[in-house]
Amino acid sequence: MDYLLSVLTMAGIWIIMALSFYLPFMTGQISLGQAGFMSIGAYGAAVCTVKFSIPYVPAVLIGGLCAGVVGFLLGLPALRIKGIYLLLLTLGFGEIVRVVLINVEYVGAAAGFPGIPYQEHTILYAYGMVVILAIFFTRLRRSRMGRAIQAVGSDEDAAEVLGVNITSTKLTAFSAGAFIAGVGGGIFAHYEEYIEPFMFDVMHAVEFIVFTIFGGIQIFWGPIFGALVLTLIPEFLRVIQEWRMELFGALLIIMMIIRPQGVIGLDTVQSIKKILGKSVGKKWRKPWN
Amino acid sequence: MILQIRDVGKYFNGFRALSEITLDVEEKKIHAIIGPNGAGKTTLFNLISGMYDVSQGEIRFRDMTITGLKPHKRTKLGIGRTFQIVRLFGLMTVLENVMLGSHCKTKAGLLKTFLRFSTKELEEEKLTREKAMEWLDFVGLAYKADQVASNLPHAEQRLVEIARALALDPELLLLDEPAAGMNPKETMDLNELVVKINEMGKTVMLIEHNMEIVMGISHLISVLNFGVKIAEGVPGQIQENLAVIEAYLGRKRS
Repeated sequence: MDYLLSVLTMAGIWIIMALSFYLPFMTGQISLGQAGFMSIGAYGAAVCTVKFSIPYVPAVLIGGLCAGVVGFLLGLPALRIKGIYLLLLTLGFGEIVRVVLINVEYVGAAAGFPGIPYQEHTILYAYGMVVILAIFFTRLRRSRMGRAIQAVGSDEDAAEVLGVNITSTKLTAFSAGAFIAGVGGGIFAHYEEYIEPFMFDVMHAVEFIVFTIFGGIQIFWGPIFGALVLTLIPEFLRVIQEWRMELFGALLIIMMIIRPQGVIGLDTVQSIKKILGKSVGKKWRKPWN
Repeated sequence: MILQIRDVGKYFNGFRALSEITLDVEEKKIHAIIGPNGAGKTTLFNLISGMYDVSQGEIRFRDMTITGLKPHKRTKLGIGRTFQIVRLFGLMTVLENVMLGSHCKTKAGLLKTFLRFSTKELEEEKLTREKAMEWLDFVGLAYKADQVASNLPHAEQRLVEIARALALDPELLLLDEPAAGMNPKETMDLNELVVKINEMGKTVMLIEHNMEIVMGISHLISVLNFGVKIAEGVPGQIQENLAVIEAYLGRKRS
């Protein structure tokens, strides 16, 4: 039972991280820096609780805010570049954060940061955050900013001609993604009780991308599904655990060939809604028909 | 004059796409830009909407210099456009596409979307949706509001694009070959639509290859060839202009 709980808790944290990658991804930005933002959130929150005895929830939020502010500052130059260059910049950023943390004595340097108070109900907080994010993404889909984010992701030039300020839209999405990653990091730190810079290496950032691509890129249920499935399956099939990255690689290639939009697409959501008996947009049409 | 183009030139690495274009667009008129392929018509639209910036010269919109402004700022001032190749947001519904047109007239930010402090955001959203439905109704596609945009036939996608541009509530609307790929019936409907838009008090600039449309509805026609303006006048004048006939058909053998 304990084992199951711990696996589910970690899955919850990885869902948060996958969503943190997904938000900037919606505007067409692929970030390899999410593990870096996660570490900023983790260390920020840990410093709050350990050094300043700040309670859990505000500490985690402060950790998230730290990551969000760093995300904003990194976003300022990063948004002028695209594609592979943005990928490299965020990759470099993740590594820089790690190297800096290795050298800061205040947070334990390479030896790690021990003695972080354990949060017994991490699973509740983690999935609470997932629920909050699910509400956020649902509302986002039917909102002004959500439409702008989607538009920028699918055709920047057309979006700009329609009056969308692409720079500020991308910057908002990027910083909000960093904030979410920071919150994930804070929750993670108070579950592990001990953090060290090596926990946040770039391979994790790659995993978040895999979760999203596998789960689905058209709607936020995709990354949630991807993170859940891809953390649970290797846990319960121990054989796979060792070959996890190889499996992920193969999975990505297969997905690209047979279903590039990921397991959960808009069509999936549509058919699920149909089964539930709600035709999409029914209430929108009423006043005019 | 709603739009004044003064000595505008555009070079791409030494290739002269447009040179010394001077053009005035009168308010509440339909002003057509015609010319053979590669004459620089779309480039001119890109300069007005801000997708490119001019290499030289100046563009003024309502006595305000807009050269150097970013595209979204020009949109906010009241310049809307459609594209030669349809550029709808394929995964969004038809309605969502048109709703995006209200973006710069509305305010709700990311945080407010989530927290919903007041009912103001919901109200704004509802208003946006109603307005978008009205524009869809205007182009006759209200019944397709919930469909995913990329599933629509080509001609209807063009109409959605026009509805989306209208949702910007522009004073100047740039239509880049709206009839391309339409059959004769659809073209006729479009013809009426453009006239209706103009009658609403909007200035329309129109790039079009279909001469029936151009000659039928334009108040003024400017002709471009190889990046230079070679003629300007009312439809009757243009039809008889020798330089124009030469640009389209070539010189008579002597």
